[in-house]
Amino acid sequence: MSPVRVRSFGPTALLAEVADAAAALALATWVREQGVTATDVVPAARTVLLDGLAPGEVAATAALLARWAPEPGGGPVADRGEAVEVPVVYDGPDLDDVAGLWGVTREEAVARHTGLELVSVFCGFAPGFAYLAGLPDGWAVPRLDSPRPRVPAGSVALADTWCGVYPSASPGGWRLLGRTDARLWDVERDPPALLAPGTRVRFVAVDP
Amino acid sequence: MTGARRLEVLATGPLSTVQDAGRAGLAHLGVPRAGPLDRPAADLANRLVGNDPAAALLEVTLGGLEVRLVAATWVAVTGAPVPVAVGDRPVGLARAELVPAGAVLRLGVPATGVRSYVALAGGLDVEPVLGSRATDTLAGVGPPVLSPGQVLSLGTPTRPPAAAEAPAASPTGAPTGVLRVHPGPRLERLGPGALGELCATAYVVGAESNRVGLRLEGAPLARADAGELPSEGMVLGAVQVPPSGLPVVFLADHPPTGGYPVVAVVEPRDLWQCAQLRPGDPVRFSRAR
Repeated sequence: MSPVRVRSFGPTALLAEVADAAAALALATWVREQGVTATDVVPAARTVLLDGLAPGEVAATAALLARWAPEPGGGPVADRGEAVEVPVVYDGPDLDDVAGLWGVTREEAVARHTGLELVSVFCGFAPGFAYLAGLPDGWAVPRLDSPRPRVPAGSVALADTWCGVYPSASPGGWRLLGRTDARLWDVERDPPALLAPGTRVRFVAVDP
Repeated sequence: MTGARRLEVLATGPLSTVQDAGRAGLAHLGVPRAGPLDRPAADLANRLVGNDPAAALLEVTLGGLEVRLVAATWVAVTGAPVPVAVGDRPVGLARAELVPAGAVLRLGVPATGVRSYVALAGGLDVEPVLGSRATDTLAGVGPPVLSPGQVLSLGTPTRPPAAAEAPAASPTGAPTGVLRVHPGPRLERLGPGALGELCATAYVVGAESNRVGLRLEGAPLARADAGELPSEGMVLGAVQVPPSGLPVVFLADHPPTGGYPVVAVVEPRDLWQCAQLRPGDPVRFSRAR
């Protein structure tokens, strides 16, 4: 069975469905390398959207997608560069709850989080909000039952097996571990997202 | 801001924004595309004053805009048919009109439609953000929405205005409320009959409609409780079905990803209608050939 299921998404777009977010990032990277003329290539949790195709190229692009095979070994495809280090003050309002869910102390929870190497697999929700993969399944935490009306910019948070950092203040239901003063989103920078898809990320505990 | 080629905003109506070709190509970073909702009307306005199609212009929602032009400037107004005056003198739509130095351009309230476009020779020269001067009302990328007291610079005109007036304010005519649709990628989540059901339902435009989406009211689609999907990329014109069963057509400021199933995609040539349909106007979907 092909690792890709290609769906039509209107006259100028295709939606390629794959196994998981790591495969989506790998496929999106491969699509860009193939020189496909899409205006947007958007990896997500289990899909890659190719938008803005010329109507005459949709069928050929669908055939190309069907030929893709993931690299053996799997795992999120990351940039070859150094991991981005994000300094965090671990004083979030949900840190104790997360430690409780994990059955560890507050200090051990921080050590677990700073010991991870995560990979940005896609952005969504807000400009520069990266979904960071790499949390083990056993450490998944549920979203809050009731989202907060306002999560401050720079909040470092967990939901399910995702980690994310809020680039700007917004409502949110993720569990807040701490905060960073790293600039997640800067329109003067290229790319403007600090954690663009493919970026490796490590969190470092710092004093307030 | 020392040059004379600028305009002063005196009044904005309910919502006026700067728009241009938008920010395609940044969806993977979470940035909406933005751009004019009625692109044929915006393109016509730019053409009439001798601008490139990508020049920045004003999108005015339900009229009410008043601006003073510091230097004499060619302008053209298209889209929703609004009464237009230069000073006390009524002027026509869809034609290049020279506004004298110091004069005020005033838009009344359109009798039909929602969005009018005001192009100015040379285009609006606000600071581009990520390659575009368009205001995105969802994520706040680009210039702020217009407010009284703002001063906006204009670029230098490169071509003369069009000699002839266009036959109508809207190059596409008045909206019929019939939107042709292509099958969406998540039909199986909504049941095999979902597209037929969508096309058989009489909808009206909801009052919450905006630049993000055209919200429709009517009989809810069955099986809309198919639940959420993991977030996936969304296209312009995607017809999303949230658990309420009431479809939403994604417009220029739509979120780049979403988690509700898409039943259909509006034919790109019909999307301009979503800019001009008013709350309460009837909408029907029909299968595109």
